[in-house]
Amino acid sequence: MHSRTGTPTPVHPTVTETPVITTSGLTKTYRAHRSHGPEVTALDGVDLHVREGEVFGVIGQSGAGKSSLIRCINLLERPTAGTVTVDGQDLTALVGRGRRASRALREARSRIGMVFQHFNLLSSRTVRDNVELPLEILGMSGRDRSRKALDLLDLVGLADKADAHPAQLSGGQKQRVGIARALAGDPKVLLSDEATSALDPETTRSILQLLRDLNRQLGLTVLLITHEMDVVKSICDSAALMERGRVVESGTVGELLATPGSALASALFPVGGEATGTDRTVVDVTFRGESATQPVVSRLARTYNIDISILGAAVDTVGGRQIGRMRIELPGRYEDNVVPVGFLREQGLQVDVVTEQDRQPVPVEEGAHK
Amino acid sequence: MSTTDWSEMQPLLTQACRDTFYMVGWSALVAVAGGLPLGILLVLTDRGGLLSNTVANKVVGQLVNVARSMPFIILMIALMGFTRWITGTTIGRDAAIVPLAIGAIPFFARLVETAVREVDGGLVEAVQAMGGNTWTVVRKVLVPESLPSLVSSTTTTIVALIGYSAMAGTVGAGGLGDIAIRYGYQRFETQLMWITVAILAVVISLIQFAGDCTARALYRRGGRSSPAPALRFLKAATAGSRTA
Ligand SMILES: Nc1ncnc2c1ncn2[C@@H]1O[C@H](COP(=O)(O)OP(=O)(O)O)[C@@H](O)[C@H]1O
Ligand SMILES: [Mg+2]
Repeated sequence: MHSRTGTPTPVHPTVTETPVITTSGLTKTYRAHRSHGPEVTALDGVDLHVREGEVFGVIGQSGAGKSSLIRCINLLERPTAGTVTVDGQDLTALVGRGRRASRALREARSRIGMVFQHFNLLSSRTVRDNVELPLEILGMSGRDRSRKALDLLDLVGLADKADAHPAQLSGGQKQRVGIARALAGDPKVLLSDEATSALDPETTRSILQLLRDLNRQLGLTVLLITHEMDVVKSICDSAALMERGRVVESGTVGELLATPGSALASALFPVGGEATGTDRTVVDVTFRGESATQPVVSRLARTYNIDISILGAAVDTVGGRQIGRMRIELPGRYEDNVVPVGFLREQGLQVDVVTEQDRQPVPVEEGAHK
Repeated sequence: MSTTDWSEMQPLLTQACRDTFYMVGWSALVAVAGGLPLGILLVLTDRGGLLSNTVANKVVGQLVNVARSMPFIILMIALMGFTRWITGTTIGRDAAIVPLAIGAIPFFARLVETAVREVDGGLVEAVQAMGGNTWTVVRKVLVPESLPSLVSSTTTTIVALIGYSAMAGTVGAGGLGDIAIRYGYQRFETQLMWITVAILAVVISLIQFAGDCTARALYRRGGRSSPAPALRFLKAATAGSRTA
């Protein structure tokens, strides 16, 4: 149960260890006005590894470079440096001369689905015709197109809206059409740039559920970009945190939660509670599965004969797993509690000491409790 | 003030209508055929466009500007050599079509440029992400999505061409404007002039009405109900009046 890092266990059967999207040293600099003007580094050597069949979330604040990253993956944006490999194919090797995309790149793109924040549906076409568009580009005959489009609309639960126009649909319905359209080329990979950011919470949930279902049913690998932690929490198997063009944390949700001091982990699973006074040590204890910390905590109290107060505790489901977190307070400064903290760690629990200044968990140094 | 009786006026007016429709019809056709690709090219070659090419964009843009600011009567004279080369003559209806069309191409191209620029860049990106090339983007996105505006632009161009065609009388091309000038201005036969003016007013209104209805129908076809195109008509109309 308390397996520390190491081998990431598949969260659900569709996840394999085969890498589907790999970026290495991906860098993108934009030049503001013309050739003079300052350069903006949107991506700064990004290494990303997305496994087959997983839902991978990239989270970060606005301007962190998330959109640049996803747009570099299907080369809508040409990287300044670095490589992008999707399904074994090095896409960066396919860019033609000049600004225009080579035929090989366009073919590769047709096998990568993309969903957009603002849906990007053609208002001049019906829902069905919107879904048919990628099939037209693929050169599929009229009858096959029509059948496939209806199948896809059925898959996203919108078969009855086939003849409506996008303007007649709600935001959630529009995004379903966008998803159906993205699936038309039977992609192995779906890229989603803030697909739910224009939607209300209720609709967001249903769209995320749909993405999750498609991921499970079709073995579809989903790379999604978001600035909302809830999105990562509800459907992602893995996640990466971006800051100023860099990936600062990355891994499966399990790995992240097991990483001491992980900002993603504490954001995914915050636990509150203020220290009751000075000269106290506040510690966050994370445990997984059904095992409880309760016996451990009471054993700690008995063994060292100290009073432990529980400041806050929560059990939640993150990435389909039960996670528990507890914030406890030990009397005395950290220096006085090196031994009890070591005891907790020996029990296989993850322990993060919360400093008094910022109340943010900081990593417990390996050598801190010698 | 002389009175011309109806039996005399009628064949005159019928022929004039025929001449006007002939000139305007053909030159509008050429203007659309030439101005549509030109307008799209102006958008595509612009900075950040799919065929971004600053030099080509500047050159085409400058050509369009010069041609647009040229007074029609001067364009007509300047193009005489070209007109003779195309039609074999410099007078008559056919000869008038050449300067009319050439004058209308840059006019229409600018209207097309404005219309196409309003297409959401996200749609272009979506088609690129599907593996579409530039031609796909033009055919499947830029033209269909801007169609209502393109129809209003065509209407504006036709109305402007009717105005220009009045001057075509100077090269003996006939037409309603020619009648109004010749009989009304030169011979003071005001009755005939007013009839011509009335016919022109009715024709222009009908064309404008038909154009507006088509544009609105195309816009509504997309399931939208907002009166957005009305604003665009207004814009196109002011753009038209600036040069007409
Ligand atoms: N086309 C562009 N031209 C210039 N700068 C850009 C362009 N696109 C993005 N940027 C800049 O790159 C940085 C990252 O942007 P973006 O990738 O959109 O971030 P995010 O999606 O995380 O909000 C920002 O500073 C943004 O201003
Ligand atoms: Mg973004």
